Amino acid sequence: MSEQVFWDDINEGDSLPIISPDCSTQQLVVWAGASGDFYQIHYDIPFAQNTGLDNIIVHGALKQAFLGRLLHDWAAPDGRIEEFGCSYRGMDYPAEDMSVSGTVTAKYVDGDRHLVDVEVWTENPNGRKTTPGTARVALPTR
Amino acid sequence: MAESIITDELKSLIGVNGPESEAEVTTTGCRLFARAVGHTDLIFYDEEVAKARGYKSIVAPPGFLGTTVYKPADAERASAPPGGLNIPYKRILNGGTTYEYYDSIVAGDVLTSSSHITEFQEREGSVGPMLITWRETTFRRKSDGKVVAKGSSNMINY
Repeated sequence: MSEQVFWDDINEGDSLPIISPDCSTQQLVVWAGASGDFYQIHYDIPFAQNTGLDNIIVHGALKQAFLGRLLHDWAAPDGRIEEFGCSYRGMDYPAEDMSVSGTVTAKYVDGDRHLVDVEVWTENPNGRKTTPGTARVALPTR
Repeated sequence: MAESIITDELKSLIGVNGPESEAEVTTTGCRLFARAVGHTDLIFYDEEVAKARGYKSIVAPPGFLGTTVYKPADAERASAPPGGLNIPYKRILNGGTTYEYYDSIVAGDVLTSSSHITEFQEREGSVGPMLITWRETTFRRKSDGKVVAKGSSNMINY
């Protein structure tokens, strides 16, 4: 986490600080317990291969939660995620280096809320955005 | 495209709320979720820090809408593939989810939720024909009935 970002200082096109989350198999097991998603394609290699996958895959909802972490770390302590979501466009495999990042696409005021829209995504080692998404974040003003 | 698989039976499901389920937002649940995601902000782990930052208790990390209250009778349903629609496609993928928040969610909250289908879409994808089912879920805080979040998600059968 870093110092508070203020709405006044943000510009369209600004990048969010990249995070590189841990997608080890151990981390996927922690996620399975935390989320209650015990589908075997996320931890049982033969099971995953029987469904046509090459390997076990990273949970989609975990990738979404990584996007939430990116946004939270950027906006905290006083900013607030109002909305965030994503599409699962590609598989990610454990132990690959995933990076999670975002770009500010719009900055506006709605009533007394000072808002930014952000494009967010997870990216695999080949540079493919496997989990593109969008978010709306309320930020404090100076 | 071949004949539509969006039958009248499927169409009749649009807008019909499914059973209500209940999820508990506990301190342990928040911590485990935060740990699984690699969060470092202590508002997700430490009650004193969360209170000093203006929250009533440990905060639910983004994407955490509580732990569904488990009963042994749910085991069979929980191990079945999600979806449960009468359609000819056997495989299923989670297409994505968006959450919109209307209030903070903190440890101690109990959230009740129910979902309904908002739309079916048929598409010809790289893997062949697919059916996309859009659902909206409303999450209410049980103590005061306030809607604290809504989720919009889609599942892909192919």
